[in-house]
Amino acid sequence: MLTLQILANGLVLGGLYACIAAGFSLVWGVLNVINILHGSIIVLGGYLAFFGYTQLGIHPFFSLLVAAPLFFAFGYFLQSALINRMIAAPVLLTLSLTFGLDLMVQNGMLLAFTADFRKIILDPPLGVLALGPVVIPIDRLLAMALALGLTGLLYLVLSGSRIGRAIVAVRMDREASALMGVNVRRIYAVTFGLGALMAGVAGTLLAMIYPISPLAGTTYLGKAFVICVLGGLGSVPGAMVGGLALGVVESFGGLWLGPEHATTLSFLLLIAVLLVRPTGLLGRKGYE
Amino acid sequence: MKRTFIVALVVLAVLLAVPLTMQAYGLRIGTTMLMYGVLAMSWNFIGGMAGYPSFASAAFFGLGAYAGAVAQKYGVPHYAAWALAGLVAALFAAALGFALLRLRGHYFAIASLVVAEALREIVNSATALTGGGMGLNLPLPQASSVEAQARFFYYAMLGVAALTFAASFLVRHSRLGFGLRCIQQNESAADMLGVNTTLYKVIAFVLSGAFVGVAGAIYASWVHYIEPPDVFDVLYSVKPIVMVLLGGAGTLFGPLLGAGVFLGLEELVWRNYLSVHTGVLGLLIVLLVVFLPKGMLALRKA
Repeated sequence: MLTLQILANGLVLGGLYACIAAGFSLVWGVLNVINILHGSIIVLGGYLAFFGYTQLGIHPFFSLLVAAPLFFAFGYFLQSALINRMIAAPVLLTLSLTFGLDLMVQNGMLLAFTADFRKIILDPPLGVLALGPVVIPIDRLLAMALALGLTGLLYLVLSGSRIGRAIVAVRMDREASALMGVNVRRIYAVTFGLGALMAGVAGTLLAMIYPISPLAGTTYLGKAFVICVLGGLGSVPGAMVGGLALGVVESFGGLWLGPEHATTLSFLLLIAVLLVRPTGLLGRKGYE
Repeated sequence: MKRTFIVALVVLAVLLAVPLTMQAYGLRIGTTMLMYGVLAMSWNFIGGMAGYPSFASAAFFGLGAYAGAVAQKYGVPHYAAWALAGLVAALFAAALGFALLRLRGHYFAIASLVVAEALREIVNSATALTGGGMGLNLPLPQASSVEAQARFFYYAMLGVAALTFAASFLVRHSRLGFGLRCIQQNESAADMLGVNTTLYKVIAFVLSGAFVGVAGAIYASWVHYIEPPDVFDVLYSVKPIVMVLLGGAGTLFGPLLGAGVFLGLEELVWRNYLSVHTGVLGLLIVLLVVFLPKGMLALRKA
């Protein structure tokens, strides 16, 4: 009984994790940049939903529609104005660059929103769904469905649209795709924009489930790392598998070892996978 | 080589003489600067010379701080406790190095980054030994006045900094240093030409951990109280990198120079703009990466 409930909790959590990781993985895979800013963009998305709901009464599910273009524009601008200049630099420099940006955004959020923890409390609440012995809150279930739906949409964009094919082409071979007439810098900007979009949207959904605070991004960033490594880099199916796997592992780990060890457990898992199977569970073939 | 000696001796003489004229505040700044110098020079072994983007400094720092503090809790005298902390950090680095140094680039960076997080969680939950989230108090040293204490820790940190510098100097002018530079430029080629890359990288990683461990233990004795979020702070991993980038990676004096300049900027921002100091640090990093990716020592050559 309990096992089923824990499994359900893990899957709900995992759907949101997949959404967090998909954008991060895409940026990492295509641009070869680790976007330390990713966690803070998630938190920004959370604030957007929070203030949208408390000040303007917009339901978080609808603030997605505002968050998506806004964060895409933010990412697109950031990449084309700044990160594109450094794109060929060694790992350490691009990592430091996004880290520096992250410190600035975190500081800005601390000043603007203070360090208080905030959470969206829906009024009236959506209630729970009881499937036999398993009980799932409906807001979480909807958030998970939306998160997985958006991740699936990203997959369709990458595999079906013209711009998506160009992104995949750049990921596979930058020089060759440039020779075929792909504007690589623009593709980088679009990719970073998509990454920011996924992060911001995940944040609006997460704000209903977890409290947000300016420095909460680091936790999500850590999870995105683990999921990317678990599922394999730069692949949307990999992020889905990795996200669901991490959600389930964390839920059961919390049950058996106590919730205070959840982070250690996921990091041990990360190191184990890195050592045994550095290409991730789905391997390196995941180019969509 | 002779010039290096002279410069090093002059710097050492100045650093030895400085406390004679300083009050407690100046000594605190001086001790922090030396600690940053140890962190930066240590990171330089693995990050500057071998070119591996390590984010493990915070793990070594926190581990050293807790090893020293727990040893002192059980009555080990402080000098022995500091040495023990260095040993613990070195052994940990060796074990970790054999596992993690097989990874390259981003993967190595991330794996080393999460080590500190995992250690923090472990220390946090091992309440019986470490006091967990309540932190750990350390015994006060025997020295009498505030000034005398400040001077004592200044000289202790100076001793570690001098040792770290000597180690950098020796490594740089040895086969090991040459091998590390080869690894930085092209690891596969170095491997093929007979450099024992795994061993060299592990040695560099151990060097980057040992002195940081001692510095962490001295820091713990110095501030008398440590807690997990303080000593496992990710900024202890990031600041040394910024300092080395600021001064010039892979050079002998670059990390020291970077540490001095960085501390000056940090203190200036702290004192004047407390609420935005992390933002200014971030801005500094961004400007540094964009405009000065090779460090200040590169300006001289340009």
